[in-house]
Amino acid sequence: MATADWTVHSAAQPPPALVSARSEPLWVRAILIAVALLFLGSFLVLPLIAVFGYALQDGWRVALAAIREPHALAAIRLTLLVAAICVPLNAAFGLAAAWCITRFEFRGKNLLVSLIDLPFAVSPVISGLIFVLLFGLQGLLGPWLREHEIQIIFAVPGIVLATLFVTFPFVARELIPLMEEQGADEETAAVSLGASGWQTFWRVTLPNVRFGLLYGMVLLNARAMGEFGAVSVVSGHIRGRTNTMPLHVEILYNEYQTAAAFAVASLLAGLAVVTLILKRLIEWRAGRRGGVA
Amino acid sequence: MGIEVRSVSKAFGSFQALRDVDLTVKEGELVALLGPSGSGKTTLLRIVAGLEAADSGTVLLDSEDATSRSVRERRVGFVFQHYALFRHMTVFDNVAFGLQVRPRSQRPSKAEIARRVHELLSLVQLDGMAQRLPSQLSGGQRQRVALARALAVEPRVLLLDEPFGALDARVRRDLRRWLRRLHDELGLTSVFVTHDQEEALELADRVVVMNGGRIEQVGTPEEVYHHPATRFVTEFMGEVNVFRARVERGSVRVGGATFDVSDELGDAGHAAIYVRPHLLEVDREARPGETIPARVARVLAAGPTVRVELVTDTGELVQADLSQERQSTLRLRSGDAVFVRPRDTRVFVEDAAS
Repeated sequence: MATADWTVHSAAQPPPALVSARSEPLWVRAILIAVALLFLGSFLVLPLIAVFGYALQDGWRVALAAIREPHALAAIRLTLLVAAICVPLNAAFGLAAAWCITRFEFRGKNLLVSLIDLPFAVSPVISGLIFVLLFGLQGLLGPWLREHEIQIIFAVPGIVLATLFVTFPFVARELIPLMEEQGADEETAAVSLGASGWQTFWRVTLPNVRFGLLYGMVLLNARAMGEFGAVSVVSGHIRGRTNTMPLHVEILYNEYQTAAAFAVASLLAGLAVVTLILKRLIEWRAGRRGGVA
Repeated sequence: MGIEVRSVSKAFGSFQALRDVDLTVKEGELVALLGPSGSGKTTLLRIVAGLEAADSGTVLLDSEDATSRSVRERRVGFVFQHYALFRHMTVFDNVAFGLQVRPRSQRPSKAEIARRVHELLSLVQLDGMAQRLPSQLSGGQRQRVALARALAVEPRVLLLDEPFGALDARVRRDLRRWLRRLHDELGLTSVFVTHDQEEALELADRVVVMNGGRIEQVGTPEEVYHHPATRFVTEFMGEVNVFRARVERGSVRVGGATFDVSDELGDAGHAAIYVRPHLLEVDREARPGETIPARVARVLAAGPTVRVELVTDTGELVQADLSQERQSTLRLRSGDAVFVRPRDTRVFVEDAAS
């Protein structure tokens, strides 16, 4: 009987509140929250509103005209093209790098891991300069390229190369810890059940990292479209030909076309907002599937 | 299908995992590879499966040399220590995987695959769980999914790496019995790895005791328990008391007692006498030449037997298991002076090194 009594008793009694031990007085909480909100508002929300505000200061017709102007359209097209090339290439590279780093032991593995981080470590301007020094007219391969009439610097290939370099680490950085944690057990199991390497990749490896991969690609895309420094060095700022959106914004701004500059900038800001929403969505989906983001 | 391992060696860097190992598993047998961690048991299992390549030696499956065959061609069922279920697939897809990845010409039809999967799921008592994800299952259920998945490809050999390692004691005991039944019903040849001697003794037809990359002894559970071949096996098979002794003219002297031993011991030197706690008699009366004086340190009476911890006059800590009746006549208490007498012993001559 004693047992039954105890059960009933414990079920009827709600557990004592555990909040009290760590809770601060009301005024401390209020001040902390106010400080956080103020900071967030003045450094993040206000600038974002300002971008859209300035874009629309002369009315939405002016903003729309600035975006539909041929040079702006060319910049948008180029930005999309660069992203369309860089995202799949770097996603494939990141997946391959993460695979070989987490699944194999080899000499120089640590060096490779550090090298993957290199683009994050150096200033984007340096990243751009590297390509100028390599492919520019006075560069290492300059004479050879000129002989064969291949132009890389101050042309689209240079912009793509610089963007590729800068966005190198995103997917690999995302996948290495994830694949490390998941281990190779499932892949080994797949092989022991008769799957080929290709089947193992498509049916086991890829589905297990799909959210991490997607997440990395969203960040990679945002950076590829928004990169300024490295692209600025190699692009040559030829309007309608080698101007990406961020470069176009700078030119317009320097020419005191504030409304037009902010109109194009608001497209980039919109991209950032979409990126954030996608990022949250992926995290939410991954969490719901019991997977890891 | 029989398994034959011939003088297999394997090193990982400077660590020698297996040293010249020979082993034969007959068709239909259930064999345990038993040993502490780092003894090479898992490596041996993985080499048999083809998940690891031996540095030297050969593996024969069904009397055919399989050394150079890949894991895909060997058709073995492997159950991984942590199950390695495909986390993004349902239970159904996990079990169906081995059939679905077959080349089109050998792949059964969709309906046939579904039939087979459901058959396997009911074999492992998981009917109705087909649409669950692995994360929604308990440890014991995951273990059974892993087993069903391995069995789906109709393997000739079932290999299990620490199959019960991650489960709690109760589930483990149930699954053990269930696995034994399954093995017998399906007529499999099975090898499993364990570090738990109780599990090996209870489940296996034969036990392979491994240590330091070598096989110490192969035998039935009775053989390895009652007639351990080496000092290591004696110590690994259960609790045991060790008495340091001296060898003199063919007999062994420890404390005041002398034992005649049938084994060839040589003329002089040091030896160790191994006595299991339940084979150590405790008495208040001395029998000259047969008993060793000791003092009771602690008496633990809870349980089917009474465990008595003793310190001999030479300072060695030993344990004896007495029946409850024996304790009720002796009435031992800590501090009592008593005499112990080994009833059955294993004597090992000390190496020159130790």
